[in-house]
Amino acid sequence: MVTQVHPLIKPTNDLANEPLLKVEDLKAYFFMDEGIVRAVDGVSFDVMPGKVVGIVGESGCGKSVTMKAILQILESGAKIVNGKVTLRSRVHHGDPNSAEELIELTHLHPNSRQMRRIRGAEIALIPQEPMAAFSPVHTVGNQIMETILLHQDVSKKEARQIAVDVFRAVGISMPEQRIDSYSWQLSGGLRQRAIIAMALSCNPRLLIADEPTTAIDVTTQAQILKLLRKLQEERQTSIIFITHDLGVIAQMADEVVVMYLGMVMEKGSAMKIFKDAQHPYTQALLRSIPSVQSHSRVKLPTIAGSIAHPFNRPKGCPFHPRCTHFMRGVCDAAQPHLVEVDEDHFVNCFLYSEADGAKLMDKIETAPPVEKSL
Amino acid sequence: MLRYILQRLILIPILLIIFSIMVFALVQAPPGDFLTSYIATLASTGSSLNQETIVMLEHQFGLDQPVHIQYIRWMQNLLRGDLGLSLEYQLPNAELIGDRLGLTLVLALFAFVFTWAMAIPIGIYSATHRNTILDYLVTVVNYTGVAIPNFMLALILMWFAYSQFGLSITGLFSRDFEQAPWSIAKVIDLLKHIWLPMIVIGLAGTARLTRVMRANLLDELNKPYMVSGRARGLSEWQLVMKYPVRLSINPLVSTIGWYLPELFSGSLIVATVMNLQNIGPLLLRSLINQDMYLAGAILMIYCFLAIIGTLISDILLVWLDPRIRMEKV
Repeated sequence: MVTQVHPLIKPTNDLANEPLLKVEDLKAYFFMDEGIVRAVDGVSFDVMPGKVVGIVGESGCGKSVTMKAILQILESGAKIVNGKVTLRSRVHHGDPNSAEELIELTHLHPNSRQMRRIRGAEIALIPQEPMAAFSPVHTVGNQIMETILLHQDVSKKEARQIAVDVFRAVGISMPEQRIDSYSWQLSGGLRQRAIIAMALSCNPRLLIADEPTTAIDVTTQAQILKLLRKLQEERQTSIIFITHDLGVIAQMADEVVVMYLGMVMEKGSAMKIFKDAQHPYTQALLRSIPSVQSHSRVKLPTIAGSIAHPFNRPKGCPFHPRCTHFMRGVCDAAQPHLVEVDEDHFVNCFLYSEADGAKLMDKIETAPPVEKSL
Repeated sequence: MLRYILQRLILIPILLIIFSIMVFALVQAPPGDFLTSYIATLASTGSSLNQETIVMLEHQFGLDQPVHIQYIRWMQNLLRGDLGLSLEYQLPNAELIGDRLGLTLVLALFAFVFTWAMAIPIGIYSATHRNTILDYLVTVVNYTGVAIPNFMLALILMWFAYSQFGLSITGLFSRDFEQAPWSIAKVIDLLKHIWLPMIVIGLAGTARLTRVMRANLLDELNKPYMVSGRARGLSEWQLVMKYPVRLSINPLVSTIGWYLPELFSGSLIVATVMNLQNIGPLLLRSLINQDMYLAGAILMIYCFLAIIGTLISDILLVWLDPRIRMEKV
């Protein structure tokens, strides 16, 4: 690898307290004939080294688009229109002892060589459906070795050895043989492990896991989550864990970002979000988790209505049509902003907005019980 | 894999027998036979045959026998490798066909290569640059290419070349080389002439193949493995060429089967219009004159080509696509 002195390069100790990835006011829009879809509309969060950040929200809230925007692999028609994504990257991608530099990913051209060398080597993706994420006419080993050969200066033979090793690391038995199978010859669990192996093959420091367990059964899901946790602790990898499943988030995440229609509704440590959720949307999501303790034959609370069509985005707070705390003339008039309600705990809601926070806080005391029967 | 090919090879004679019955029935289907059309031709020029000669000829050609006897005789000869005698030319069919087979194959091969060499890259470009001006242009040219009958295109091009440049672009050879024995100069002369029939014959196929390639590729370009590949740091070009192109060519390979005989028979009218010395005009003439053994022999070759073509595309598919390979073995 060629050592390139980047203008942004800084000594390692300067970056020690920097987040691995810093997303600031990221906006990614789809420009379509029918209009503009604001899929990601001002999202900010940090990923600290070795931490797992869970991004949670219903389908269509912009979780996956956020992930694609970070990697700059948005579909044609979609564009990052605002914001900054800063990566604390190693100068030699994939080398654990390398010096570090800050790279503003949003300044790189999506197809530039520099951006492509970050994908897979510094930030790797664990995609949604492992079956479809592998080409059916190439062996999984072929595709993993391709990634290794792309990012590391190794021979074909060495690349194969690396692939076998990483197969073993994710708990695939008989890795020498399995590496030559096609994705459709593997069971769901093995396929999932193979795709994790592919993501890990170049030692990235950040993994983006996009609903990695949706396609598999619950038992396998538990194994995969355990594996991810183990790998994450061993390698001190950071993970952005995208899911709609709060149960999975509870198991995995250190920090939680709750998204709705492209906006962050609430974010904070997992502890705070689960124990002391402030945003009505987060509260409603938590109520709709089935509990072992709950009585049988009681209808599980759901959130009334459905997520708004992206072309008919509600004015004001995007959640107001479904919110049990909806305040006429406030929530449908203007957009709230993220405010810090506690140390490292942010909420995007007029109930807590600083302008007349005290007055609104009174309202929540007198508000009708949050339980909503359906 | 080997067993699979062997199974297919065993099927070939059975298929050929079925096809031979169908071919014979079809050639026999029009009312009358070679003699009646021969007599009619003579009558139109004012001459006639006497009854004795007719009976003698009928006997000589076996036309006085019942149909099934005629078929069995034809089959017996075929199995001995004898394609029979052309009634019209009074020459062995094998010789008549053999004379033209080489040129037919060369022309078909050129058209085939032209089709694929044009269609695949254009299809890739069109799909990866969807809804750009060039893509629209390609689409318009494609639809025009599919819509224009190729003999029409041949006529237009011939007229254009003649009226504008005074060039006569019929045939595959210049006058000097037509009867000359094969030599390097003759090959060069052939190459000078073959490009136009190649384009005329290949154009419709190119247009169709481009459309299919574009549609297949567009499907593949939206597959999740593309996102996965981009996220691994592959460049767009590397990614497109390795995965979606490969996957969208697979279905095209299965069309080689019927494409092969189509290149032979599809060139029939063009070949007649452009005066190409390949099998096309020979077949047309034999059908008009009810020269049944010649027509039968040519049609049997077409059938054989169709079977071989299908076999080739099946083998290619098995070789290209592990999903099929694993299933079959």
